[in-house]
Amino acid sequence: MANETSETETAQLSLREADTPSSKLQLFGADEPLELDAGTSLAPWQIAYETYGTLNADKSNAVLICHALTGDQYVASTNPITGKSGWWTRMVGPGRPIDTNHYFVICSNVLGGCLGTTGPATTNPATGKPYALEMPVVTIRDMVRAQARLIDKLGIDTLFAVVGGSMGGMQVLQWAASYPERVFAAVPIATGARHSSQNIAFHEVGRQAIMADPMWEGGSYIASGTRPTKGLAVARMAAHITYMSDESLHQKFGRNLQDRETLTFGFDADFQIESYLRHQGMTFVDRFDANSYLYVTRAMDYFDLAGQFGGTLANAFKNSSTRFCIMSFTSDWLFPTSESRAVVKALNAAAANVSFVEIDCDRGHDSFLLDVPEMFSTIRGFITGSAIARGIPIPGGSN
Amino acid sequence: MISLPANPNGPIVRGDHRVVAGLVPQGARVLDIGCEDGALLTLLTQERNVDGRGIELSQDGVNKCVARGLSVIQGDADTDLADYPDDAFDVVILSQTLQATRDPKGVVEQLLRIGQQVIISIPNFAFWRNRMQVLLRGRMPVTKYLPYQWYDTPNIHFCSLRDFVELTKELDATVETAVALSGQGNEIPVNAPWWVWNILAEQAVFLLRR
Repeated sequence: MANETSETETAQLSLREADTPSSKLQLFGADEPLELDAGTSLAPWQIAYETYGTLNADKSNAVLICHALTGDQYVASTNPITGKSGWWTRMVGPGRPIDTNHYFVICSNVLGGCLGTTGPATTNPATGKPYALEMPVVTIRDMVRAQARLIDKLGIDTLFAVVGGSMGGMQVLQWAASYPERVFAAVPIATGARHSSQNIAFHEVGRQAIMADPMWEGGSYIASGTRPTKGLAVARMAAHITYMSDESLHQKFGRNLQDRETLTFGFDADFQIESYLRHQGMTFVDRFDANSYLYVTRAMDYFDLAGQFGGTLANAFKNSSTRFCIMSFTSDWLFPTSESRAVVKALNAAAANVSFVEIDCDRGHDSFLLDVPEMFSTIRGFITGSAIARGIPIPGGSN
Repeated sequence: MISLPANPNGPIVRGDHRVVAGLVPQGARVLDIGCEDGALLTLLTQERNVDGRGIELSQDGVNKCVARGLSVIQGDADTDLADYPDDAFDVVILSQTLQATRDPKGVVEQLLRIGQQVIISIPNFAFWRNRMQVLLRGRMPVTKYLPYQWYDTPNIHFCSLRDFVELTKELDATVETAVALSGQGNEIPVNAPWWVWNILAEQAVFLLRR
């Protein structure tokens, strides 16, 4: 009973955060529409964000962190729903590779998200009800347009760096292509310039699981007071498999049984991996909106940067003066190194300034969120080198 | 002397790096293939004010380069040069790497395609000590600067200086400058005909042009 109460409370808290986030919030009025790739526009709209560190006098030390599919603006601070600390505190913070003692770090919730930036869970001012499926489908480019509008409001002309992994890396590439003069350095990690057929396939499985849940109610579950938790949990379970490698699963779980000595000859979670995935699914539904999952996965599926530039990826980076640091992981099969190499190849063809490293790590796509020292040392070096090139006093420097 | 004069206040610089740096024009766009920890690129950036890029096979090397603020990609001379457009760089450098490639001729062709000028340094298999080891001991040469046994060497395509010059002729490339080096990479400041260098030089640096 106590459990049920807390579940309802969490659900209500999530709904509140969608409209009135605990983080900073930038409102755009009816006279400040956001143009969308779908051919429509959104107004009024809002973007929720967090900042860390201090913007320097000439506004040259701003770093934008772009979050992944189920991430949020709380990159280095506590998530108000889960109470957990930030999702990338190993990378961002005082003394970290992206050192908040020296850089002004901004992280915003993506368009279509559910933690305060306009998305399907946001109340539609025209109806007083959540947008649900009346929210236009958004793209990675739309997300970046929204971020650029926030950066405008913050009075920042050029970002020192834009950094992100996975879907965050897609946004980094889009930033470099859409606003090359506003990005001094770009760090796309474990990502690609397009979503592959296999990736779209996995997302479709997740979306079908959500839409097959009767509690989804054609998308209007919030208005109906229901929640498609089962469908969303299955979507998360399927996706979670793609974030890990066969080797890391084998090392972590093997064929070990969960709290039992023998097989039960039933369909309980006999194996530890089953129990683990069920847990991942169940905890996810507390913090994420099912419709948001549909919208944000769709944005990733639609991403094809070369497609925006006549089919030639190199054209996306023509005459770019941005410094790139591209990183992939050996065991990542969701965004394998070949996807990063395609970006490197295009950048070379465009004579852009690019560094690339494939990090040897057996933990799959999620490696970028984990404790991988080679990743940190590379990024620290790249950021420091870029700071010297931009004339920003560097951490540990004699300035 | 071709070598860049030593900077008394700077770090210790390898002799062959000073020779290479002496061949690179000020402010050039440079690609260093097999750039290791970025020592040469750093020297070229500081002393020659170049816009430098690197390719390095090892993750450790790339990490060290990026940590020094250099733009370096992890890659392989045999496979990744094809990605670069024609004339992408003023100078392309390949240091002590040609003998480890699978297709040395193809690699030199690529270098000549993407660089206006090409600097290649190679060990000389016909160095007199190597000749002696084969001749007297009947063994494959193992020296201080080529320390591998035949079964574990990454150097799969050795040539002599004379062989290399023949290759440049076959590829219609002009040898603009050639510098003979000792094993330590120091310039041998002797004016001598080819056949002498082919015996006395442990390594050499060539500046080529299409």
